[in-house]
Amino acid sequence: MTAIGSYFRNIKDAVTTIFEGMAVTASHFVRRPYTVQYPDRTPMRVQDTLPIRYRGILEVDLEICTGCLACERACPIDCIVMVAEKDPATRAITISQFDIDIAKCMFCGLCSEPCPTGSIHHTTEFEGADFSLESLIKRFVKEPIPAYKAKKGPETDPRIAPILDRGMHFLDEWAQPGGEKSGSTT
Amino acid sequence: MQTLVQYLISSGIFGRHAPYELVAAITVIVMSAAVFLGVAFPFAGMVSWVERRVWARIQSRVGPNRVGPNGFLQWLADGVKHVCKEDIVPDEADPTLFKLAPYLVVLAFVLPWAVMPFSSSLILADLNVGILYMTAVTALTVVGVLMAGWSSNDKWSLIGGIRSAAQIVSYEIPAGLSIFPVVLMTGTLSMQGIIRAQGWAPQHWFLFANPFTMIAAIILFISALAEGNRTPFDLPEAESELVAGFATEYSGMRYLFFFMAEWGNLFIIGAIITTLFLGGWQFPHVTRNVVVMNVLQLITFNVKVLFLVFVSMWIRGTLPRVRIDQLMSLCWKYFVPISFLDMVGTAIWVAIWPNGNEWSGYVMFAAGIVVGVIFVQRVIYYLRRSRMELYFRPTI
Repeated sequence: MTAIGSYFRNIKDAVTTIFEGMAVTASHFVRRPYTVQYPDRTPMRVQDTLPIRYRGILEVDLEICTGCLACERACPIDCIVMVAEKDPATRAITISQFDIDIAKCMFCGLCSEPCPTGSIHHTTEFEGADFSLESLIKRFVKEPIPAYKAKKGPETDPRIAPILDRGMHFLDEWAQPGGEKSGSTT
Repeated sequence: MQTLVQYLISSGIFGRHAPYELVAAITVIVMSAAVFLGVAFPFAGMVSWVERRVWARIQSRVGPNRVGPNGFLQWLADGVKHVCKEDIVPDEADPTLFKLAPYLVVLAFVLPWAVMPFSSSLILADLNVGILYMTAVTALTVVGVLMAGWSSNDKWSLIGGIRSAAQIVSYEIPAGLSIFPVVLMTGTLSMQGIIRAQGWAPQHWFLFANPFTMIAAIILFISALAEGNRTPFDLPEAESELVAGFATEYSGMRYLFFFMAEWGNLFIIGAIITTLFLGGWQFPHVTRNVVVMNVLQLITFNVKVLFLVFVSMWIRGTLPRVRIDQLMSLCWKYFVPISFLDMVGTAIWVAIWPNGNEWSGYVMFAAGIVVGVIFVQRVIYYLRRSRMELYFRPTI
């Protein structure tokens, strides 16, 4: 009796479970696919959808770089090469070279943390594919420029002030475990 | 066919005194070429694209949508790619059999189109043993598959070929037994005869004629899927176990031939079920114009077949692959006895009501509608539970 019972129970189970399974997959026909059709058919650039703390390709705002070499010292794999000379007479620092080898960079973020002004920071850019390793070395200094010198009080130069604000914003973001917003609410 | 040949001779294209046999032979060759090159092979290609889109939507993906409008020309791109590839014959393989096998599989795919009843007059050859011919030539696949598996001289190919042979030969029995009820009710094996015995309305279809034919239709559909090596019965080419089964050693166009036959077989599966159980091309007599009537019948037949093709894709996207012992027990312990009982039941039914029972058609059709409504309810339940954004367009 049990054998016959299990025989018919098998048939019943097969029919009902396939019925339910077909209903589940049928419901997927009218659901929106999850797929992001990345390069060309996204509603907005994927870079713009990423959070500010995303560790993309490094960027340097030379206008607010103090030439302190903290990022070069922090880099564990020496992908930052920086030359900054101090004039002994005027004590002014001149930056003559600031290269970041993106091909070597491992996007650890250790360089952006000690930066006093947030000059070196990660962008949300991640499309770095190129035809040669040389072109992945980003050379920020075209000709030697004077380093930024922090002032007492707020920045007065209208050209530099928004850049400095942005840099400090990056620093504040990284200072809190969950970003600036969560830090301010708690 | 005869009327067409008579018309061609009387129109004088071939001259006044053209021999009938010659004109008939030319007509048959041209029409066969038109059906194969214009319908069968493009259909097999397009099905590959439709199938990938259908699975993609089942898995919440998009699927190929780059080549041509919505990726429609993807099958042409794939075909060109495969034609351009190198045709490799392994050193240890048996070259003759290895090269011959794909053509046998394609042969088993093109032969059934001869008795494909597209409409009341669009049929290449209305054989009086049509459905028997259909099952006979589709079973020819097993020769090609076994030949491919053996001649490749590779353990995966061999296991795949043997599995396929065991599977196709086993499932021939329930498939054949499930055709019996319809033959018992109509008393004919001709495709057109079986369709003419049904009506255009669903309650006159053999699917709803009585409970036995409905079970026979389901068993025939599942057995046909198993014979066509479709998921959930695609053991001969189970990727996780056998690489690509009997097609492991093939490359380029020969590899494509196997899959073209597999996709094209979907149409044949759908056509068999449509002819036997879904009323074929039957359409209400809305006009006396023969051409319009035939076009309407052609559309009806194709809509029914394409719905069944869609269902088989849907099943492929839903069910997991069965084990080889489950496959065999399903066939021998469940389908064979049930289809035997089915045949006896239909025989008794026909003995009681030789001209069919009008009421059972209505009752069965109503039961079918009830099952459909329950199904829609379950779909809505799963949609509500997922709380997902709805998207009704088939394209994205």
